[in-house]
Amino acid sequence: MSTPLLEIRNLSIAFHTETGVVEAVRGIDFTLAKGETLAIVGESGSGKSVTGLALTRLLPEPPARYVSGEILLEGRDVLKMKPDELRRIRGNRIAYVFQEPSTSLNPVFTIRWQIAEAIELHRPEVCDVDAEIVKYLELVGIVNPRQRMNDYPHQLSGGMQQRAMIAMALVCHPDLLVADEPTTALDVTIQAQIIDQLKVLKSQIDMAIILITHNFGIISGIADRVAVMFRGKIVEQGPTAEVLRNPQHPYTRALIDCIPKLGQRRKRLTTIDHAALEAL
Amino acid sequence: MFNYIIRRLLYSIPILLGVILITFTLDSVMMTPNEKASRVLGPKAVGKTRTEWIHNRGLDRPMPVQFVNYVKNLVTFNFGTTWVTGRDLSETFLQGVGPSLCITLPGFFAALLGSLGLALFQVFVRNSPVDRVLTLFSVALMSVPTMVYVIFAQAFLALNLRYFPAYGFAYEPGMLRFLLLPIVIFMLINIGYDARLYRAIFLEEIGQDYVRTAHAKGVSTARVLAVHVFKNGLIALITLVVAQLPKLILGSLLIESLFGIPGIGSMLVQAIQTGDQPVVMVSVFLGSALYLLSLIVTDILYAWADPRIRLS
Ligand SMILES: Nc1ncnc2c1ncn2[C@@H]1O[C@H](COP(=O)(O)OP(=O)(O)OP(=O)(O)O)[C@@H](O)[C@H]1O
Ligand SMILES: [Mg+2]
Repeated sequence: MSTPLLEIRNLSIAFHTETGVVEAVRGIDFTLAKGETLAIVGESGSGKSVTGLALTRLLPEPPARYVSGEILLEGRDVLKMKPDELRRIRGNRIAYVFQEPSTSLNPVFTIRWQIAEAIELHRPEVCDVDAEIVKYLELVGIVNPRQRMNDYPHQLSGGMQQRAMIAMALVCHPDLLVADEPTTALDVTIQAQIIDQLKVLKSQIDMAIILITHNFGIISGIADRVAVMFRGKIVEQGPTAEVLRNPQHPYTRALIDCIPKLGQRRKRLTTIDHAALEAL
Repeated sequence: MFNYIIRRLLYSIPILLGVILITFTLDSVMMTPNEKASRVLGPKAVGKTRTEWIHNRGLDRPMPVQFVNYVKNLVTFNFGTTWVTGRDLSETFLQGVGPSLCITLPGFFAALLGSLGLALFQVFVRNSPVDRVLTLFSVALMSVPTMVYVIFAQAFLALNLRYFPAYGFAYEPGMLRFLLLPIVIFMLINIGYDARLYRAIFLEEIGQDYVRTAHAKGVSTARVLAVHVFKNGLIALITLVVAQLPKLILGSLLIESLFGIPGIGSMLVQAIQTGDQPVVMVSVFLGSALYLLSLIVTDILYAWADPRIRLS
């Protein structure tokens, strides 16, 4: 068997703050094959974002500390890389889309400037940078890209901003796209559009995706596998359809119960009994 | 944009009129026309010379008329003459601008570059011992009173070691020797304060989401600071920097008078000491006008630095 694209072994991450040590990620393992899509699902504070940022060592150190484990990108441990090696994988092999497009884009530079910066960093061989930018803005479904690319972020709607973020992430042909709650800040119809866009892109580009979300409802149809995180641990992982059909862990069951279903009479949303789960 | 500037200029008019009204009233309250005449002509000049002097200046007319005339003179840059030397005031001010700028311009730019560099470097090594030592250094620089710098420079560097003249000014090829100490002191008293402000501005920016995005793209830390953070910090920086512009033209009161630089600052100090009211009044008018102008410049620069702001 060939080496997987990404292999996480026994990864633990802690934050050393004034109020004490927070163990945000506690000994997680997972692997990701090339072109595969993994959804990481869990409630707020369960360590999803920390896991995603750790993949290219983006957490601020201090307070963050990588306590133990390995992050193997095609066999090479990211945690042992030197700063300039890290810079070469960031944006280039592993690219990110974040939750809040309105603040994640730099407000004082145009979309074109920000995408061009990524191209110049990782693909210096590209001659016609503008044509490349237009191509990718078109790919993520932005109409009239030649004009739109000269806009500043605030001139675009939230959905358009997130599409521009996705274009910026894709433009360097990453092997892995980490999308950290890419739709949470957007309104519902736009959410669906962005997820659909990711589905389309997935079929067009050979690229692995880690989709971080707290919403089980959006992952079917896009994620091949799902890992459920609870309090810094992965409590369950497996093929999406299987986990959805037959969840093993009570926390997973509780999360799946939170998905509102069409045609179902409105019932009370279940609350999650953390004390009981922690005791497991 | 053009309309905006016109409107702002129009808004400035009532403010300036208010400033003039206050100085004008103070001037009239402090001295009667007779006292002014005897102050200028000497106590012996009585009778016809004195009434003529008063009449020629319109000081015997009703107050509102005097005020209107005074405003007219100010806005046409017809500032009148000083009481002490009798020289034309606009000429005196124009002569003072040169020496003032000789000190303030180089001092201002040195302080700006120094404090920006220091602030960015401190943000780069933030929360490290180096950062803390530099913060201590900045606080020390801003806490030492100007007089201490001046005394050290004059007593030690100038008089003891004879590296520099302690006092004086001349437009000549070697004039730098007169300027160096005042310029360095002007820089030192500004750099510590500015560096701490700028550091705070940049630290605020460093926590923003777009900084994480830039790192996630693979941008180097130095470039994140010098390009991404800097351009965003510029918006807050502009207010602080442009607010200093009037100070540059009006000079530094203390440094100029202690080093014998014949700029507007030392002129003003002398005028206050000798009770030369016209000089003080014109200085207040020019200072307010420059300040209002710098506010408009700030707005224009804002719009340039921040695409989210449109002047309308
Ligand atoms: N910079 C930091 N300093 C201190 N603690 C942190 C920091 N970043 C994250 N944490 C802690 O790590 C834990 C996991 O946070 P994380 O952001 O990964 O949660 P999440 O699963 O992404 O939640 P959400 O759905 O709210 O985004 C939280 O308890 C949080 O308080
Ligand atoms: Mg998160």
